[in-house]
Amino acid sequence: MSPHLACDIEALADDAWLLRFGDRIDPELNAAVHAMAARLRALDPPWLRDVVPAFASLGVFFNAAVDPAFVHAELIALMDDSTALAALAADPSRANGRQVEIPVLYGGDHGQDLASSATELGLTPDELIERHTAGDYTVAMIGFAPGFPYLSGLDPALALPRLATPRARVAAGSVAIGGAQTGIYPRESPGGWRLLGRTPWVLFDPRRKPPARLQPGDRVRFRAIDAGEFARIAAQADAHL
Amino acid sequence: MRSLHVLAPGLLTTVQDRGRSGWRHLGVAHAGALDAGAARIANRLVGNDGDAAVLEITLRGPTLRLEAPARIALIGAPCAPRLDGESVPHGRPVELPAGTLEIGALRGGARAWLAIDGGIDLPPVLGSRSTDLRGGFGGLDGRALRAGDMLPLAPGAARPVDGPTAPAWWIDPAHDAHLPIRYRASAHPAASALARRGWTVSASSNRQGLRLQGDALPSPGGDGVSEPVAPGTIQLPADGCPIVLLADAQTVGGYAKLGHVIAADLPRLAQCVPGQPLHFAPVDAATAHRLACAARARIARIGVMIDARLPAV
Repeated sequence: MSPHLACDIEALADDAWLLRFGDRIDPELNAAVHAMAARLRALDPPWLRDVVPAFASLGVFFNAAVDPAFVHAELIALMDDSTALAALAADPSRANGRQVEIPVLYGGDHGQDLASSATELGLTPDELIERHTAGDYTVAMIGFAPGFPYLSGLDPALALPRLATPRARVAAGSVAIGGAQTGIYPRESPGGWRLLGRTPWVLFDPRRKPPARLQPGDRVRFRAIDAGEFARIAAQADAHL
Repeated sequence: MRSLHVLAPGLLTTVQDRGRSGWRHLGVAHAGALDAGAARIANRLVGNDGDAAVLEITLRGPTLRLEAPARIALIGAPCAPRLDGESVPHGRPVELPAGTLEIGALRGGARAWLAIDGGIDLPPVLGSRSTDLRGGFGGLDGRALRAGDMLPLAPGAARPVDGPTAPAWWIDPAHDAHLPIRYRASAHPAASALARRGWTVSASSNRQGLRLQGDALPSPGGDGVSEPVAPGTIQLPADGCPIVLLADAQTVGGYAKLGHVIAADLPRLAQCVPGQPLHFAPVDAATAHRLACAARARIARIGVMIDARLPAV
């Protein structure tokens, strides 16, 4: 690894190792995680089962019939041979993350917390939309539910505490802020994040190929749309299902 | 088209196979039978591929209407099933005529796996027929069985019989129920204390996690940065009562980790009933690996013995 990027390997399960690059939310650590994940996927060793990128760590699941010590040695060798990895981490744009633009209808019934969140931040609703769409985000991790992207890169000035009482029902496609993060609910579920708007995209559908619109490591921007465009895109999305 | 009609669903009956691999990066749980070896043996007993879809039964089994003869096998916690009132043995292959199969209550354990010849023929989702209850997909519409459901069966090996017909041999369960649950301890300061206290299984346990009750362990509280978790991960939430994640584990979590239960002992957690006492013992990596190999070898040996006997059924 590069001198400033160290990585520990810990046991996660009898059939999984955890590569720990750090224990904080940090763009550089996360870029290293996605670079290592891309590297492993590209090599695709026969024992590999799952590669799970998180904020600052990477889960590597392997065929349970393989000796964990053998996989451990392979991972060590991979990290020793990581000049390319350090270069990738230094320039995340090369880490095969795609650029994705997500359409969002802000406010109204789809963004019930837009006005109150703006007031809390000392902004007008339009200013909050402008700041939210100006951000360059990265899918740091997908988790909590299938297809739920944790996006890093939220303007720190837009951080908002979660609701004191989570909603019992948040609509699929809701775009929200929770703490210092922004994310999108892939399907209807309970949730305590502040709802700013909604995308007509179906983020995750297990019957679609590929099942998810977003992959870990993707770079994301939001684009504000009006109700007419929302309806058009939603109709197209329905046609795919 | 062969099918099974669900007259009563039981407490929580789900369609499961070996589970999903390759989708965890999208937040998709592994799912699958909580005791993959037991499901595999049940399948082999009825002449199925070991990875065919079976029913996982929880505490109280379903009542099913068989429209045509079927060969079934029940592996897991003992029970006393009946077909139209006639006793049906478990732990072995049984030829059944058409009729109403009532599984009844499980005794001395929490779960059993019911294989039917041909296997449950629902469409695979993301490479598996397993039910993802939290994701709401796979199995039968991503949910547990309900009265009125119809489960399609693939063509199988059943023979016409007049009543339940079974061989005199059966599969013995593994003899490790008296041992503590063995785990690999993490570097967390409370990791070794897990083994020094007695725990009981909480009634709020489910396929996602086994919740433990007992003397709370010191917990720093507060969520850390979310990182990958796996079936077997022992989490320590702020209340100091550990949770052992099972097959439906989420893919990432923020709680502190005390380590993980070894692969060889995960199937034993599937049999934990609410209120049951539980003890833990730390083991090293070599022991975990040796026990995992021994567990796999046992399943393989049983498979060989089944193959040798099945034609004689």
